[in-house]
Amino acid sequence: MQIGIPRESKPGETLVAATAKTVSQLVGLGYEVVVETGAGEAADQADDAFKGAGARIGTCEDAWEADVVVKVNAPTDDEIERLHKGATVIAMMAPARSPELVEKLQAQGVTALAMDAVPRISRAQSLDVLSSMANVAGYRAVVESAHEFGRMFTGQVTAAGKIPPARVFVVGAGVAGLAAIGAASAMGAIVRAFDVRPEVAEQVESMGAAFAQVEFEAEVSADGYAKEMTAEQEAATAAMYDEEARQADIVITTALIPGKPAPKLIRAETIANMRPGSVIVDMAAANGGNCEGTVTGERTVTDNGVTILGYTDLPGRLPAQTSQLYGTNVVNLLRLLTPEKDGQLTLDMDDVVQRGLTAVKDGESMWPPPPVQVSAQPQVAQKAAPEPEAPKPPPDPRRKYAAAGLAAGLFALAAAYSPSEFLNHFTVFVLAVFVGYYVISNVAHALHTPLMSETNAISGIILVGGILQVGSANAVTTALAAVAVLIASINIFGGFLVTLRMLEMFRKD
Amino acid sequence: MSDFLTSDRLPGLIQAAYIIAAVCFIAALAGLSKHETAKRGNIAGMVGMGIALLATFVLAARNADLGYGRGLGVTLVIILVAMAVGAVVGAWRARTVEMTGMPELIAMLHSFVGLAAILVGFNSFLDHGPGHDALGTIHDVEVYVGVFIGAVTFTGSIVANLKLSARMKSSPLMLPGRHLLNLAIIVVSVALGVWFVGDEATFGDGEIGAGIVPLLVMTALALLLGFHLVAAIGGGDMPVVVSMLNSYSGWAAAAAGFMLGNDLLIVIGALVGSSGAILSYIMCKAMNRSFISVIAGGFGQGATAVDDTDYGEHREITADECAELLADARSVIITPGYGMAVAQAQYPVAELTAQLRARGVDVRFGIHPVAGRLPGHMNVLLAEAKVPYDIVLEMDEINEDFPEIDIVLVIGANDTVNPAAAEDPTSPIAGMPVLEVWRAHEVVVFKRSMATGYAGVQNPLFFRDNTRMLFGDAKAKVDEIIHHLPAGRGHDDHMRQPQVSR
Repeated sequence: MQIGIPRESKPGETLVAATAKTVSQLVGLGYEVVVETGAGEAADQADDAFKGAGARIGTCEDAWEADVVVKVNAPTDDEIERLHKGATVIAMMAPARSPELVEKLQAQGVTALAMDAVPRISRAQSLDVLSSMANVAGYRAVVESAHEFGRMFTGQVTAAGKIPPARVFVVGAGVAGLAAIGAASAMGAIVRAFDVRPEVAEQVESMGAAFAQVEFEAEVSADGYAKEMTAEQEAATAAMYDEEARQADIVITTALIPGKPAPKLIRAETIANMRPGSVIVDMAAANGGNCEGTVTGERTVTDNGVTILGYTDLPGRLPAQTSQLYGTNVVNLLRLLTPEKDGQLTLDMDDVVQRGLTAVKDGESMWPPPPVQVSAQPQVAQKAAPEPEAPKPPPDPRRKYAAAGLAAGLFALAAAYSPSEFLNHFTVFVLAVFVGYYVISNVAHALHTPLMSETNAISGIILVGGILQVGSANAVTTALAAVAVLIASINIFGGFLVTLRMLEMFRKD
Repeated sequence: MSDFLTSDRLPGLIQAAYIIAAVCFIAALAGLSKHETAKRGNIAGMVGMGIALLATFVLAARNADLGYGRGLGVTLVIILVAMAVGAVVGAWRARTVEMTGMPELIAMLHSFVGLAAILVGFNSFLDHGPGHDALGTIHDVEVYVGVFIGAVTFTGSIVANLKLSARMKSSPLMLPGRHLLNLAIIVVSVALGVWFVGDEATFGDGEIGAGIVPLLVMTALALLLGFHLVAAIGGGDMPVVVSMLNSYSGWAAAAAGFMLGNDLLIVIGALVGSSGAILSYIMCKAMNRSFISVIAGGFGQGATAVDDTDYGEHREITADECAELLADARSVIITPGYGMAVAQAQYPVAELTAQLRARGVDVRFGIHPVAGRLPGHMNVLLAEAKVPYDIVLEMDEINEDFPEIDIVLVIGANDTVNPAAAEDPTSPIAGMPVLEVWRAHEVVVFKRSMATGYAGVQNPLFFRDNTRMLFGDAKAKVDEIIHHLPAGRGHDDHMRQPQVSR
């Protein structure tokens, strides 16, 4: 089948749905790839690079005639009309928020796969464009804020005095939030973060931020997204937001609720109380914004000198890498849809991942898909834990002593009737057992094999028995003793040499 | 010469030599406890052996010179020829053995000690050396016990050797009533022993007394017992079996020492015997199983009952994706198992380790005590491939570190990394200490298929969210990873992606 990569028609768009690297992977899956000329220009992907990776460079029409059209933004009405019946279009379509787009795709009789509708389960993580984009956006949000913020992030003590570090407050510890935390702390800022899911506190701390606490019980999210809170919780949280934002130099908000406008978390009066020169990056601007005063897509400055950035194209501001990540997500999706690697796209509606991202199939609406339940928390064990066995009562120590005493008595009795020569040997034997025990107990695990071959070698000492018996007048004894000497010698020489060989190999750096 | 050999001072001199040799052997084992002193220890062992053999030559020559049995010349020639042949064979095996074939070699060497113990025992019975008349009964018991242990060691080690070299199926041999069979053999052996000791006709110079009958029958039974005991134990329990046989071979040598009234043999036998016993104990503890349950055999057979727990789906990864993961990692732990030895993957693994370390990645190895088929087997394999031993750590040393590790590579290990041992109290391997690899950020499992490991239990690790499976031959896959490692640029600390658990 043919895959078409058209140039994005959205004004100002820098991204492209494939890079030279991902094209070669698509070719590896058995597809023919057509790239519209100039499609990757803004993302540093020259036509020649695509050509070198095995793609054909074509016109806009060539790309749209393909059986599978992959792009970044949802297709426009004109573009949908260019799709031939039965074709497949893969893009970020937000099918939940754009029912009219789904209708148009249906009317065109195509199959539409929404990259941004991938269920948030671990198996699908490699296809999750929202995660890829959010990761880049979180990083870029810190860079944008650092650009607007007229001071350093890192604290320093210099001969000319002390520079305090910047304080950054991140709201929402999803992928974007965590990426922002990581970038800001790497730049030297003091980072605090909050999320309504208390279970992410650990992740926040692992990225180098402190988790801002609110005193209330929150429920564990079932779909990987945060939920809206009760009024009481909201009041406590609002107070915390106010407090944290006032103390911060930079506020980065990433809070989203699926299928709903973004919650307003930073109120106008909070912003009015922030220090002049502070910066707010509202990463939820595309969905209405988390701050009162955010203008979607714009930079605004409040009366008290607080800059609010409502940019919605943060991922597009790092076009080469974002395109690469998006392209890789697409490759991972097509890998899933092309199990035979034969360039034939097949959709399996029984697979929750494939079902979840299919908005339209052959002109039939598949939206919305059945919900997929995942939990960020480990599953609580369903079955009751097996009844703990009653702990065995510790054995009566007196019994042990009694047994030892009995053994000692029996031994003394037996010894009394034994000849002294035997007892001499037995003394040696018992002492040697204990010496052996204490000597061997300290051997490092790593040396167990050399230890075994060494003990093998020295147990060849049984050779001594053979040597003394060879001299016997009895021919049978001599023969048996000679055999014993022979095989015991194999042990001695083999054992010592192989030990030596092994020990030679152990080396330190 | 003759004056020297017949001197009255000679026995004392020989005794002194034996004591010095015994001290050397103790020093040898003590030296082997640490890497730094191990080579010195081995040399001490060789010196001790040299002294002991020299003293024994002199003693044999003295006996010959004093007129017991054969003449001096003939005796020495026979000894030297037999030893020379043995030395050549031994040296040849030691030089050519593959490190992956180490378990077989060790098992074979055990069988030699067993066989030698049988032969020495029979000789001691046939040809009663001078000066033992007063100890008749005790000597009989010593011979009997020595031959019994020797025979069990002999066939047991041969079976272990065959199983380890895959010339015999490594799955346990399950005869009906096998415990009863073993018990019957032991009871009959004891009864035969009473007959043997009670029979007065065990003395004589050159004449074979009637006691030979119970001795021969018992030998046959003990050989059978040794065979059956080890045949009933599966391949994965071989570390315990091999160290147990090591212990037996020691006891056999000690028994020979009692027969011959030779303290040196007794000391060495006791040293080796207790060393093997301790190793077996360590291995059993590492599997959280009692020694009896290992020796009784049959493990991993009952547990294969259908397990219908739904573990979810496993996820695969390709070699080039794995190479990318590794290139961006800061810390990697490799946990090898028997599968690495089977695939002979230690060289590519060492190469991968060297390359990653050159890029600044912190690579270490975590070794489970029972990984492989011999105690310390993995350490030897890695040492052979020139992995420095200071990055090869024991389970207890490394288990704490897993949560901070970016990537764990599980190569050919299964039961030793099974989270069920720690988390599922109903699992057959519950309570067994395991390498807690699942606590790392990412785990890549190298495996040939989804088959279960030795214990016959499914491994939930394979279905964890942070686990990817890399199917195929471990050696080929590691080679591919090395091939795909992106060239050049060293590792960058800020490349870490945010980790989101869902």
